[in-house]
Amino acid sequence: MTLSGWMVMLLSVGFVTGLTVWCIYRVMQEPEAPAHMHAQDEIDTHDRE
Amino acid sequence: MKIYGTPAARKTVRPLPSRQSDFLPAKKEAWGSRIGVILAVTGSAVGLGNFLRFPGKAAQYGGGAFMLPYFIALFLLGLPMAWAEWAMGRHGGAHGHNSLPGIFRVVWRSKLAPYFGVLGLLIPVAIYMYYIYIEAWCLGYAWKFATGSMALGADPSRYAEFFARYVGLSAHGSAFNLSSGSWSDSVLPALALCFLLNFAIIYRGLGKGIELFCKWAMPALVVCALIVLVRVLTLGTPDATKPEQSLSNGLGFMWNLGWGGQTVWQALANSQMWLEAAGQIFFTLSVGFGIISCYASYLKPNDDIALSSLTACAGNEFCEVALGGLITVPAAFVFLGAAGVVAATRSTFNLGFMTLPMIFNAMPLGQFVGAVFFFLLFLAALTSSISMLQPAIALLEEGLGLGRRASVALLGFITAVGTAFIVYFSKGAVALDTFDFWIGSVCIYVLATIQVILFGWVMGMERGFEEIQRGAGIHVPKLFMYIIKYVSPAYLLIVFGLWLFQTAGQYVRKIGSDPVVAGSVGFLVLLFVFFLMLTAQAVRRWQKMHPFHKEAGP
Repeated sequence: MTLSGWMVMLLSVGFVTGLTVWCIYRVMQEPEAPAHMHAQDEIDTHDRE
Repeated sequence: MKIYGTPAARKTVRPLPSRQSDFLPAKKEAWGSRIGVILAVTGSAVGLGNFLRFPGKAAQYGGGAFMLPYFIALFLLGLPMAWAEWAMGRHGGAHGHNSLPGIFRVVWRSKLAPYFGVLGLLIPVAIYMYYIYIEAWCLGYAWKFATGSMALGADPSRYAEFFARYVGLSAHGSAFNLSSGSWSDSVLPALALCFLLNFAIIYRGLGKGIELFCKWAMPALVVCALIVLVRVLTLGTPDATKPEQSLSNGLGFMWNLGWGGQTVWQALANSQMWLEAAGQIFFTLSVGFGIISCYASYLKPNDDIALSSLTACAGNEFCEVALGGLITVPAAFVFLGAAGVVAATRSTFNLGFMTLPMIFNAMPLGQFVGAVFFFLLFLAALTSSISMLQPAIALLEEGLGLGRRASVALLGFITAVGTAFIVYFSKGAVALDTFDFWIGSVCIYVLATIQVILFGWVMGMERGFEEIQRGAGIHVPKLFMYIIKYVSPAYLLIVFGLWLFQTAGQYVRKIGSDPVVAGSVGFLVLLFVFFLMLTAQAVRRWQKMHPFHKEAGP
């Protein structure tokens, strides 16, 4: 394996791994909405003609 | 109302007016958590292509040189299209639509719009019909490795013979013919189990079915891949008489710049490589299937999509580049050498189901590693196949008012007929190949083009950017909107046009010369007409419930 091969491998693998870890970290940092806030309520809008 | 994101994001985005929430119809399905939807979308994207197609293409087109057009396509095509799909999906969901015909109806207030969305039903359902068959091969191979019945020795022809017999490549109907063999050599039990699993998960619904399953399946998939990766990276030089077939050279074959005497510039001058790299990004992220929009439609109107979409794409890329890129080709190289890898990577099925089983049998702990690898492929396929059913379920439920049981039963019947057709006409995998070309390639390109034009030109840059930024966990540079509007459609049309020019001729000619190909295309046309009729019925229902003039947007 050549030096350029090592560089391509480390850059490619490092980039996707770093991006994944950063994204997961950011997702975990965000406050999660409570489950009941995610569930769509059954709403009758009375907006039907 | 909480708006996530950077100060810049907060400044540019206004929360969805409360007025719009009033348009939400009665709806029971929703994601239970943010990580759940991210894992579900990642699971939908991660499939066999990550571990078989990507390494094969990279090795075929010069290893490391392939990564440049690959990452360029990721930023110019993959990420923008993923954001567009997420944004349109959440926008449609805010108006009570989960199926692509409904989502298109909201995005483009035209009577024609829902009918363009029919492709968002046809594509996942038709792909499911043959993908489930491949999923069954993975499960069957995992079982055979686990039970030790896959030890076929070092003769490659025995693996080819086994694969042909197992899949029924020799004659039409041979996969159903159990008189000459035993059940253990038939793919049918694995196929039945896969069908049951898929529909059991779908029947349980979005939160308790798809989300719950992906929450354990995706980590399990990564663990399986890491086990196989550790084995591959510790292979060293298994055959001392062939010192050139070392792990280091195997990694070099996959990652070195320039290959086979080619310089990196010669490799980059190969237009075919740019085409293949764009195609790989396009397929690996599952953009253009209509699935991402369907999944995103179950989000709340102010849930983040910018960071979630990026995370799902990153997770898929991690599985593809960091795991798939380090496993398949280096493992094949240390046992087969350069010539063997070149021959094996010409066909994904050859690499996955004939070459790799032989390699696993040749390596220490191979039986265990083989079982883990094929179970990993099975999990990757299963998390993808369940996502293919949801768009049609969404239409049957929201468009026709069917209950879950009726929707699952109807879709189960339709997909069972299609899969039986593909399994029966198995000689040379002609039916499977025809479905894959017309649906898994042509229709996906068409739908992706429609989606990116709808987002960039019909929804518009301002409205689209506001949609992406609403509730965003990260700030998406506005440059991406210009990319979505101008670069992505042009990129897509060029790639699609060139690809069609190179490949379509032989497939069109086959329709006239091969009755199975003609029958397969006829089957797909019938399926398209069926979904067209369902959509027409759904549109009539929507017009009664929510006429256009009452569906004013923000």
